[in-house]
Amino acid sequence: MSKKHIDAIIVGAGWAGSILAKELIEAGLSVTILERGPERTTAVEGAYPESIDELKGAIRKRLFQDLSKSTVTVRNTIGQTALPYRQLAAFLPGEGVGGAGLHWSGVHFRVPPEDLRLRSAVIEKYGEKFIPKDMNLQDYGVTYKELEPFFDKAEKVFGTSGEAYTVNGKVVGNGNIFAGDRSDNFPLPPMQDTYTAQVFRKAASQAGYHPYSLPAANASKPYTNTYGCQMGPCNFCGYCSGYDCYLYSKASPNVNILPALRQSPNFSLIPNAHVLRVNLDKSRTKATGVTYVNTQTNTETTLSADLVILGAFQFHNVHLMLVSGIGKPYDPVKNTGTIGRNFVYQTITSSRVWLPPSQYTNQFIGAGGVGVAIDDFNSMNFDHGPLGFVGGSPIWVNQAGTKPIAAAIGAGGSGSPRWGTNYKKELINTYQHSIGIDAHGSNMAYRDVYLDLDPTWKDAYGQPLLRMTFTWKDNDIRMNQFVVGKIDAIAKELNATKAHLVHLNAGQPFDTRHYQTTHLGGGAIMGENPETSALNRYLQSWDVSNVFVIGSNAFPQGMGYNPTGLVAALAYWTAYHIRTTYLKSPGPLVKL
Amino acid sequence: MPQTNLTFLRPLRRSFVKGLLSSTSFLIFGKAFQADTAHAAHSLKHYQPKFFSPAEYDFLIAAAERIYPEDQYGPGAKTLGVPEFIDRQMDTPYGHGSNWYMSGPFVQGPANLGYQLPYNPRDLYRIGLKYLNTYVHQEHGKSFPQLTGKEQDNILIALEGGSISLGDIPGRIFFEQLRSNILEGVFSDPIYGGNKNLGGWVTIGFPGARADFMDWVDQNGARYPLGPVSISGETA
Repeated sequence: MSKKHIDAIIVGAGWAGSILAKELIEAGLSVTILERGPERTTAVEGAYPESIDELKGAIRKRLFQDLSKSTVTVRNTIGQTALPYRQLAAFLPGEGVGGAGLHWSGVHFRVPPEDLRLRSAVIEKYGEKFIPKDMNLQDYGVTYKELEPFFDKAEKVFGTSGEAYTVNGKVVGNGNIFAGDRSDNFPLPPMQDTYTAQVFRKAASQAGYHPYSLPAANASKPYTNTYGCQMGPCNFCGYCSGYDCYLYSKASPNVNILPALRQSPNFSLIPNAHVLRVNLDKSRTKATGVTYVNTQTNTETTLSADLVILGAFQFHNVHLMLVSGIGKPYDPVKNTGTIGRNFVYQTITSSRVWLPPSQYTNQFIGAGGVGVAIDDFNSMNFDHGPLGFVGGSPIWVNQAGTKPIAAAIGAGGSGSPRWGTNYKKELINTYQHSIGIDAHGSNMAYRDVYLDLDPTWKDAYGQPLLRMTFTWKDNDIRMNQFVVGKIDAIAKELNATKAHLVHLNAGQPFDTRHYQTTHLGGGAIMGENPETSALNRYLQSWDVSNVFVIGSNAFPQGMGYNPTGLVAALAYWTAYHIRTTYLKSPGPLVKL
Repeated sequence: MPQTNLTFLRPLRRSFVKGLLSSTSFLIFGKAFQADTAHAAHSLKHYQPKFFSPAEYDFLIAAAERIYPEDQYGPGAKTLGVPEFIDRQMDTPYGHGSNWYMSGPFVQGPANLGYQLPYNPRDLYRIGLKYLNTYVHQEHGKSFPQLTGKEQDNILIALEGGSISLGDIPGRIFFEQLRSNILEGVFSDPIYGGNKNLGGWVTIGFPGARADFMDWVDQNGARYPLGPVSISGETA
């Protein structure tokens, strides 16, 4: 057991951890990041052609969490026995330097401004009775206007490609008419439309909607970011999602932040360091540091620090708070406590339409963040009054590069053969001529959907696994069905030869066996009231003021957008307030 | 993983043929099965399987060819080396279930809560094929490769639909394991032993490791003109 004092310890070397590390290094602090997985550098693990390997990559899950060491248990309802998530399927958290920020796709959204104050917005428009019983709809406690400079800062670090609609209140381009106003343009012009995105753009427009280019953290041109890190232009190789980018075109902590950080003598990064707990003093209101286990040698080390930042993946942050005794665990029966409350996901469904055999969709071409979307049915952009649900979905074509093993395993079903000659025929037709269209929807929070510690199963370090109690609720299912119904009009404009529209069904339980999305959220949410939120508006623990918790765990409910953009902006927002206020006078940033 | 080994010694919660779960009886059955069907070795011309017994390997060849057959659309699983691919995969960390959570207790629950068996892919094949062989012999008095294509299909359909269980392995789980591994062998890079001569990729028009499409992002629906290339530089 060695003891060493550091100004700030950060758990996790993904986007949240890397952003906080860079900001705190700039503030003159000594910073150590502890990362439970291995070191990963794009020049080595991402090198061409070895990284262009679907079997090793997305299929055998090279960059994802090692479940043999730690996982979660899942159940649908409180009365059920939760069972371990033994094989990666429904969601794919990262592990290793870069975290989920290394294998993400690069869809880099801000946030629909009204999503940050969704409870207030719904009540203003439809009254409090519109919110279903036991739906924990909440405001974030921070406004879009407050976060805007930090979205802008993050985009300039990520090298985000996109097209604005308004900058400083003036219409400047054909961007998303529903997006919040911007203080500056995207640092790079939008990515080129793939063929599928182009035909979707045209069809959506003809159907009367408002298509726009997805904001992509895939560089449309050569770019040097604000930290001096360089990105090459994306060549649409199709290996973003699940991969590290051999061209340095997709933003990752490994490419966009860590090269700058590693030059600082005050910075250190310890891989293979699985943090077991945050240590608290006797008052349990101050963290003294952390204890981690070196996963190679199986030895424990305790480090002391003035500041502890949890920047791990959403549910690991919640798990660490629970096993460390930070804050009060949520109890859904008594409706008390906050740690584990408001666990949320997204309601993504993928539909497919087929073009005539003369048109090749070349789906292997792609980039993770590229595509065309409509927001006409996202957030508060449409009248929910007669529909009777809260939330919404963007609809998009996001051609990230469809590779053959995934296409083949996923093909067939729903009346189509899954093997044999007719399967081969359909597989070829689908691979060459179809288009995937997604309804990438929100998911609200509910009193009986939450995270706590499992009573039975343990991780490789003897700690209880995190338990998810989660299923789909009527509000979200009806939202998904409504939005998927809108794809029909677009499919007609596409002159599709066949369409297979997929939506959630009433009573359908959450299924852990099929990939849906890694966009998990909530569990340690930000807010204005310590009775209903784990963190204050600066993502500072209400209970332990020298602990900040950065990630999508802070989202009070799920949104239709991909979370990384909001996570990055919240990370810069928190860092700004640590630098300008907290470091001068450590203690709670919100006084009650 | 030590955890993986331990799982063999744990009793299952569900009914199961007694005696099969200890590691000892498991090995005995494995050997008996091999000795009984050693005559099938003649079908292995180019590749000597390291994990599968000759009889198991013959099953793999026959089943893979039914699931991904040679036809007017292109080569089938056998020509593409899929059985070799699967055998080689059994010797990788994947075959041993290295990134699966394999700590007990193993409790069965609703299907939507996912895989809950104490078996890694090697176990699924070894145990599943032992039961399947018994089943096929009981029903037909022959081994799977000796059946007609139609008879083989009916067995695969029964597995896929879940009407056969292989001990405590639901037929559906065995089938999905088999189908996924076969399709992986058809469409993964040839460095893993399958997709021989890049034939799987040619069939569907996948360009392999080219990974550079800057000049073909939008060609108004025209077909991408170049054939595939593998990680090792092989072309079709």
